[in-house]
Amino acid sequence: MTNHAQPLQETHWAFQPKAIAVAGSILGLVAFWSALPPFTVRSPLVPILIGVLAIAAGLWAVTRGTRRLGWGAIASGVIGLGLGLLATRSSSGNLHVVFAADLVAQVFVFATPLTFGALGGMVSERSGVVNVGLEGMMLMGAFWGVYGADKGGTWVVGILAALAGGGLFALLHAYWSIHLRANQIVSGMAINFLALGVTGYFFEQLYGNQNIPSGVSTVPNVAIPGIDHMAYLGPAIGDLNLLIWVGVAFVPLSYFVLFKTPIGLRVRACGEHPRAADTVGINVYAVRYAAVVVSGMLAALGGAFLSIGFGGGSFTENMTEGRGFIALAAMIFGNWRPFGAWGAALLFGFSTALAYRLPVYSSSAATLFQVLPYVLTLIAVAGVIGRSVPPAADGQPYVKQ
Amino acid sequence: MSEQATPSANVPPEQEPSTDFVVRLGVAQRAGGLVVPVLTAVLAFLAGGIVVAATGHNPLTAYRGIWDGAGFNWIFHIPWNTNTVNLDAFNLSQTLLTTTTLILVGLAVAFPFRCGLFNIGGQGQYLVGLIVANWVGVSFASWPTLPHVLLGIGAAAFAGAAWAGIAGFLKAATGAHEVISTIMLNWIAIWGGQYLFGQGGPLQNTYNPAAPESGTVVQSAHIPVFWGNPVLQGLDYGIFVAIAALVVFWLILNRTTLGYEVRAVGFNPEAAAYGGINVRRKYIQAMAISGAFAGLAGALDMLGYLFQFGVLDVQASQIGFLGIAVALLGRNTAVGTGIAAFLFGGLLYGTTRGLNPSVFDPSLAGNLTSMIQGLIVLFVGADVFVLYIWNSRRKLRPRRRAEAAAA
Repeated sequence: MTNHAQPLQETHWAFQPKAIAVAGSILGLVAFWSALPPFTVRSPLVPILIGVLAIAAGLWAVTRGTRRLGWGAIASGVIGLGLGLLATRSSSGNLHVVFAADLVAQVFVFATPLTFGALGGMVSERSGVVNVGLEGMMLMGAFWGVYGADKGGTWVVGILAALAGGGLFALLHAYWSIHLRANQIVSGMAINFLALGVTGYFFEQLYGNQNIPSGVSTVPNVAIPGIDHMAYLGPAIGDLNLLIWVGVAFVPLSYFVLFKTPIGLRVRACGEHPRAADTVGINVYAVRYAAVVVSGMLAALGGAFLSIGFGGGSFTENMTEGRGFIALAAMIFGNWRPFGAWGAALLFGFSTALAYRLPVYSSSAATLFQVLPYVLTLIAVAGVIGRSVPPAADGQPYVKQ
Repeated sequence: MSEQATPSANVPPEQEPSTDFVVRLGVAQRAGGLVVPVLTAVLAFLAGGIVVAATGHNPLTAYRGIWDGAGFNWIFHIPWNTNTVNLDAFNLSQTLLTTTTLILVGLAVAFPFRCGLFNIGGQGQYLVGLIVANWVGVSFASWPTLPHVLLGIGAAAFAGAAWAGIAGFLKAATGAHEVISTIMLNWIAIWGGQYLFGQGGPLQNTYNPAAPESGTVVQSAHIPVFWGNPVLQGLDYGIFVAIAALVVFWLILNRTTLGYEVRAVGFNPEAAAYGGINVRRKYIQAMAISGAFAGLAGALDMLGYLFQFGVLDVQASQIGFLGIAVALLGRNTAVGTGIAAFLFGGLLYGTTRGLNPSVFDPSLAGNLTSMIQGLIVLFVGADVFVLYIWNSRRKLRPRRRAEAAAA
């Protein structure tokens, strides 16, 4: 639906379809949450009422042209209502085990590597270089991070080593995609295989059968004074790893840089229409190189979180286990936008965290939640609920004339 | 001026004015078709060797160990080797077993590539084929061997085709990028396999509820072995199915209307649509055929020598991804894919179970395989650049001539 006529009166922002749709999505979550600890409402009426309200908000937004967010609100309402109803019918003892306050902390733990990876992928693809090598760059960050922390004696060296490792492979990907104009997907897959081999080889060579020694310096947790001893918030967010907060901070930061600064405008111009960017004097090659290297470094931070952040100073071969690909999915599901990507990362993190807690009760439900990110992304690229559209020049090498 | 030049660039090579240029181009491409992959492989092995040397091992002994571990020394034995039961022969039979799988997962990447599609979903399609073959192999216990095996292979190929067909259908119906959808389908298949074979899953074995493993394929669904001991994982007739698949691949692409149309879409989808080809249908067909190859690979593995698969095996399996390297190194042709599959089959077996641990540590060598695989894919990616130069030369020539004529 196109907006060809502007309304005569400016509507207050809170009553615009977009805001209503976002409120609807949140209501859908509330519908589910109302039946969970710490509230644990036992009457089915509450989730039904809130869920219906969310669906109504979504419908209202859809009829006013905000299709993507509106359908999101409707979906959130339906799912929230259904899950809320289920929760009111299961025993509250089970609920307290599955939905304990530390579930929130666990969601952040699972979402953080995805957040870093998705933001990294977004930076690269916004500049016009497809990055399916996120998985490999993440793996490089994981291994060189723990190696640096072990040999350098402090986690700061580990982070620097992770940045160097991920950045180096990103540079390789950039050279291949930008200078050699190779197929970017082929090059990205090559990065994945190469990283698997390189990290595995050096892990075996440097540590052999002994594994990483215990007591490697790791990224510390941040205890927030005042919150860390509170009843529900304490276990939820009172004592999270520093890298989790860095990841959270990078979301608004990347939004600001990409959408509110000249640098971001240049990056996006290179991804949408490199020829036009070149005409106004932007060095397309330099911007793309920088974006891809930053992308690799972000992904590497996600990897470092696995090894020396939450992982407590450990490494196993193929440690990332496809998280780079879920990050890619989160980026696509978030429509190549920072808050969208973060929201998707949180959703996928939530679904993984649930999957880790549910097998006790139902293994099929656990698998369902493991698969959910991929199914949702498949639906998103197929365009059933608002289409995910990549930047126009994504994946096309630029030839200067 | 460019208006005159553009149509002449689209004239098929036979009608181009300068025949000597066309001849030279043809020779260069044919030579490039052989020289570049060989060079790519040599470079990758060289770079891998440098890493091995830099970490204090002798790369020559390491590669010699891998060569022997793959059983290649059996072929180059002087005088001609007639012993078919010694260790070298056993290693070679195991290499050929891996080659069987790699030929098919390689074809699964190569076929859609010729249609302009990049199928990264070989792993998922392979797993789907494997799962279906396991289900057929465990059930229908009273059937005789031939129909049972054929049913397993057919059902697995069909399931693989359907699985890849989802990506093709999404591409055709909504324009969803096949790379993204096949990556997603891979992970759905991986988690699906873990659920089906896992504890309480529908395909879990019935005799040990604690083990998250599938049931064992019954004897009647085993593909007969013709080289080696059936108990010790001998070489089964599946390799002939893979070789037949290479021939079928070549026949479809080069001798059928479908193949012509697939290649036309691969060269230029817009021109193909203008010429009356239903491009969307070609996308679906190309993906389905590709999935059938990968599903077949899963079936031959399951009914040939695996017979059982566990949750941990699903997590560890990587062979479908190797199809990318095999197809790219084989330049997406039948013969090339066959040769590349044999090379990678040897590399894969020669760096793992075939390798003598006292010569070179297999845990290092296995990672060396991943490295060489990555390097080969990387260099083949740069080779696209070489071809790009050749093609742009071909486009530039007539334009210059037109400009010269106008001046």
